[in-house]
Amino acid sequence: MAIKQLTVFVQNKKGTVVSVTDILAKNNVNIRALSIAETEDFGILRLIVNDEATAEKVLSEQGYLIKTVDVLGVKIGDEPGKLTAALDVLDKIDINVEYLYAFMARTEKHAYVVLRVEDNQTAGTALEQAGFHLITEADISKL
Amino acid sequence: MSQNYYQKEIETMSVEEMKKLQSEKLVKQVKHVYENVPYYRNLMDEKGVTPDDIKGIEDLHKLPFLTKADLRDAYPYGLLAKPLEDCVRIQSTSGTTGRRVVAFYTQKDVDLWEDCCARAIVAAGGTKKDVCQVAYGYGLFTGGPGLNGGSHKVGCLTLPMSSGNTERQIQFMNDLGATILCCTPSYAAYIGETLKEQGYKPEDIPLKAGIFGAEPWTEEMRNNIQDTLGIKAYDIYGLTETSGPGVAFECSEQTGMHINEDHFLAEIIDPDTGEVLPEGEKGELVFTALDKEAFPLLRYRTRDICVLSRGKCSCGRTLIKMAKPMGRTDDMLIIRGVNVFPSQIETVLLNEGYQPNYQIIVDRANNTDTFEVNVEMSPKQFTDKVSDVLKLEKALANAMKTMLGINPAVHLVAPKSIVRSEGKAVRVIDKRKLI
Repeated sequence: MAIKQLTVFVQNKKGTVVSVTDILAKNNVNIRALSIAETEDFGILRLIVNDEATAEKVLSEQGYLIKTVDVLGVKIGDEPGKLTAALDVLDKIDINVEYLYAFMARTEKHAYVVLRVEDNQTAGTALEQAGFHLITEADISKL
Repeated sequence: MSQNYYQKEIETMSVEEMKKLQSEKLVKQVKHVYENVPYYRNLMDEKGVTPDDIKGIEDLHKLPFLTKADLRDAYPYGLLAKPLEDCVRIQSTSGTTGRRVVAFYTQKDVDLWEDCCARAIVAAGGTKKDVCQVAYGYGLFTGGPGLNGGSHKVGCLTLPMSSGNTERQIQFMNDLGATILCCTPSYAAYIGETLKEQGYKPEDIPLKAGIFGAEPWTEEMRNNIQDTLGIKAYDIYGLTETSGPGVAFECSEQTGMHINEDHFLAEIIDPDTGEVLPEGEKGELVFTALDKEAFPLLRYRTRDICVLSRGKCSCGRTLIKMAKPMGRTDDMLIIRGVNVFPSQIETVLLNEGYQPNYQIIVDRANNTDTFEVNVEMSPKQFTDKVSDVLKLEKALANAMKTMLGINPAVHLVAPKSIVRSEGKAVRVIDKRKLI
């Protein structure tokens, strides 16, 4: 049900994001979605990629601090109100969203939202019951 | 465990005999210095002391102290006690504090220094069957040359690697089966980390012992190094002013360092009053070189704070022991009026599950000291949530506040982003230059 998100700890300084994306590009890893949470000192880079295992390997080899976490990828119709509807589902069952970010697919007319919650199983089931489609690792490589 | 000694009669001599030996040497040494070092003669004259007043070690307290400031004033030849033509070597401090010390050696001085290092290697279990990898810097720094000489005297196969080029260190270590590693503790930790990253388990590493010194390190760091490298890690103490490493060394008991007191007479004084303190009390360590010919410092104040103790050691040595220095007064920072030793920060980090990779940055803003500590993020603690990382920073700051009494700003930084010098680690950046 969940998909893998790569999380990279980086310094908040010039050039750090580029050096990460550069390593991925050189190893033929495609980035599907990317979000950065930053403070004055550091940033946490969150990535959904087409080949998580390779990305983790090459970044670790370069000395980056990596953690892989499970997140939910939810397919959302590209129309107003759809994201709110999805969040409502979680709100009703008291599931807190730690953070989220959205991305678009190249081919389809769809938006996708990556949701980080504590309990992927409960949240995922509730979303599916409400009619939302959750994407899988296999979907990611096709997007 | 059977014990080996390099110079058994000296290392296991009775206390009475040792004191008698020290007294004889001191009387001679004071005469030698008085006659050959005008700088020190003036200090003695000012104090109204003559060589005739020194009849044994009980009179030591009558002699004037030498400090780092004296060494600077007398640079380069002012404390030299032998003609330059009798000298065969100089060594020098790193000069990182801007106060370079140049020390001179006759051939006999070099020999005695190497004997001291040989005692340390044997106490760490070294024999002529060992392969001793010396990864201290070679050159003006005393670490490389000292342990190199000691290793030769023991008869070890000596690998004069010098510091740096970690890949090559690891290759030689494995290919040639190095059993003893000599370097700074921070470099030992770095080599250990690198081996671990390359997939080596402690039992895959040929080393059995390490002799680490030239910078302060904690028990926690010792445990860390011992676990990663699968060795026993021994402390060694020394300073360029008195010769170099080997002034004191650890034995199998690993509870303090035996001072080579037949060559270096130790005292503990009150750093404020200069008064000699009884054995067992904490104070500043002072050394009198009893045998050095070319650069014989009498009552040299090391600025190291420590404790001396004499008691039965399970290794059989009777040489007095010094505790690991609690920090050099040089290293001590005074931040917002509070004494801070970098070793305290290190203890907190190891207690909280971090590697001791940190940097202290002190500056002044609005007439107040700013106190920041950069710490490398630990893979175990890293999560994908900003709030978690901020909590880790806060927890570290709180632990440091408990230890030090003042509150630092802690910044977690990426692994390996803090520069590790492969010689001495730069732990402190003090930008408060304007007074």
